[in-house]
Amino acid sequence: MATVIPLSGAQAASSRLPHAASTTLPPRVEEERGPARGRVFEAISRSEAFPSEIHESLLAEPAVVEVRDFRLWYARKQALFDISMRIPRGKLTALVGPSGCGKSTLLRSVNRLNDLVDGVSIEGDMLLNGDSIYGRSVDVIDLRKRIGMVFQKPNPFPMSIFENVVYALRIDGVRDTRVLEEVCERSLRGAGLWDEVKDRLRESALQLSGGQQQRLCIARAIAAEPEVLLLDEPCSALDPIATGRIEDLIEELKGDYSILMVTHNMQQASRTSDFTAFLYLGRLVEYGPTNDIFLKPRLRETEDYVTGRFG
Amino acid sequence: MSAPEKAGRKARPRRTSSRVLSTTLKYLCSASAFLISGILLAVIGYFVSIGGSAINWQLFSELPQARGMEGYPGGMLNAILGTCVLLVLASVVGIPVGILTGIFLSEYGSESRIAAPARFVCDVLAGVPSIVVGILGYELLVVPIGHYNGYAGAFALAIVMIPIVARSTEEMLRLVPNTIREASIALGATRAHTIMKVVLPAATGGVVTGVMLAMARVASETAPLLFTALGSRLLTLDPSQPLPSLTVHIFNQATGPYREEQTQAWAGMLILILLVFVLNLAVRFSLRKSTLKLG
Repeated sequence: MATVIPLSGAQAASSRLPHAASTTLPPRVEEERGPARGRVFEAISRSEAFPSEIHESLLAEPAVVEVRDFRLWYARKQALFDISMRIPRGKLTALVGPSGCGKSTLLRSVNRLNDLVDGVSIEGDMLLNGDSIYGRSVDVIDLRKRIGMVFQKPNPFPMSIFENVVYALRIDGVRDTRVLEEVCERSLRGAGLWDEVKDRLRESALQLSGGQQQRLCIARAIAAEPEVLLLDEPCSALDPIATGRIEDLIEELKGDYSILMVTHNMQQASRTSDFTAFLYLGRLVEYGPTNDIFLKPRLRETEDYVTGRFG
Repeated sequence: MSAPEKAGRKARPRRTSSRVLSTTLKYLCSASAFLISGILLAVIGYFVSIGGSAINWQLFSELPQARGMEGYPGGMLNAILGTCVLLVLASVVGIPVGILTGIFLSEYGSESRIAAPARFVCDVLAGVPSIVVGILGYELLVVPIGHYNGYAGAFALAIVMIPIVARSTEEMLRLVPNTIREASIALGATRAHTIMKVVLPAATGGVVTGVMLAMARVASETAPLLFTALGSRLLTLDPSQPLPSLTVHIFNQATGPYREEQTQAWAGMLILILLVFVLNLAVRFSLRKSTLKLG
C-alpha cells in the first residue's frame, strides 16, 4: 500500500542545483521577463517560499477543482509545498515536471487516494465544484464517486468486460439490466472501444491488449459521469500506436470532461492540453495556457524544462 | 556501430567455471525433481501392490468385524463416513476463520498492531505438533463433556487447519497488484466491496489451493483424533459421540497383530489418498468451470 515518492532523488537533484545552474545557465539575450527569473531553483534550494507564476488568463476560467494552500507530507518528508491552483472546467490541464516533483501526489490528492498510504498528512484544502474535499464532514466514498481516475498501467478487474465498465454502477446497487447495458455501450463508445469488443462483452477483460485494457479503464472511469477525470500518465505503459489512440481519445473527451493529466511526455502535454502546470520539487512553479508555457514561458526554469535543458 | 568496429569486437569470454556451475545447477534441479516424483510414485506403487489386493466393494459397504465373526475383517464404511463428517465440520469452522484471518493480515494488517503478533501466532501454530492440538481438544471439549466425541475431533482438526489457510490466503492476496485495489477504491468502492468483488476473486485460484492443502493435511491427521474423536467400530454420524475416522482406523489395524487387518490398513491408506485426490479434482474442476471465461 505504498506510493514511493523518490524524495531522495529530489534531494539529490536539489543538492546538484548550484552546479547545474552554473553550467546550464549561460548569459541570455532576453533578460527583461520578470524579477523571479532564474531565482526559483535558488529559492527552493534555500527552502524559501516563492510565489507561483500563474498566468492571468486562468483566472477567467470557471474552476472544477480548486487547490488552496495545499501541503502534503509522507511521514516527515514534505512532498507538496503551498500549492494553490484552479483546474478549469471542461478543459484539459497537464501537470508536468521531473520525476519526484509531486505531480502524481497532487493528482492522487484530488480523490484522496493518498489516504490509503501510511503516514501521509496534509494541510490546506481542495474544492470540487465548491465542495470541500478534505473537510471533516466529507464522505470520502461519495467524493470518489464524483471523480474518475485512470492509472499508469492498465488495471482492469479480473472480471468480464461488461462488469468492468459497470463496476461503479454495481457499487451503487444498480440492477436494471437495461440501464447497465446502456451505460456500458455509451462508455465503451466514449472510450472508442465499442466496435472492438461489442461481441465479447462477457469475456474476460484480461484477454484484451494493453492499449485496449487502458481504453477499458477509461470507459470504466467515465461510466459514472465523473465531474473531473484524473489521468496519471495514462500512456506511459503503452506502445506508440496505442499511445496515439489514447491521445486521440483524450482529445475527444476534452470537451465533455474536465481532465487533469500527469504526463512525462512534453509533446503529449503540448499536443493535447489546454493548460499546463510545471511543478518542481513539490512546488508549483508556473501555470498557464499550454501555448504560453511552451512558447513564451515567463520563467527561465520553465523554459529550461519544457525545452529539455534539464529534466 | 560502424562495420570495422563490429568486426574488431569479440564476444566477451565466458568463464569456464560459470558455465560448469550453470550446468551443474541445472542437472541438480532436474535430478531433485525426478527424485521427488520417483519417491511419490514408489510410495503409491507400494500401497497399490500391498493394499490393492484388499480393495473390494466390501470395504466401502460394510462395517469392521471382529476376528472370528462372520465376514471378518469386514469393511470401513463407518470410518470413511466418519472422516467425511469430521472433514466437513472442521472445514465449516476452519475455512471461514482461516480465510478471514488471511484477509485481515493482508488487507487490514498494515493498520493494525495485532497483525504482526497474529502472523507470528499463526506460524507457531502451524508448526505445533498436531498431538498437542489433540490434547488441547481433549482438555477443552472432551473433559467438560465427559466422553470422547466428534466435535472435539473436528475442533482439533479446525485448529490445525486455520493457520495453514490463513497464511496461504494472506500470501495469495498479497500477490494481487495494489493498482487494482486503488482502481476500485477510486471508483468509490468501500474496502469491503473491493476485497469481496475484486481482490478475493483475483486470488481465488491460490486461496482454493491453500484450502485444499489444509483439507488434505487434516484428512490425513491421526494424532489430534486419538484424544478427541477416539474412533468407533459402529456406524455413526453423530458427532456428539465417539466418531470413527479412516486415519485412526488405519492406525488401529496397522498396529494390530493380524495379517488380514494389516492388509486392510494398507487398503485404507489407498482410500484416504483417493479421497483427498478426488476432493482436489472436484474442487479444481468446478473452479475451472466458473473461472474459465476470466482466463
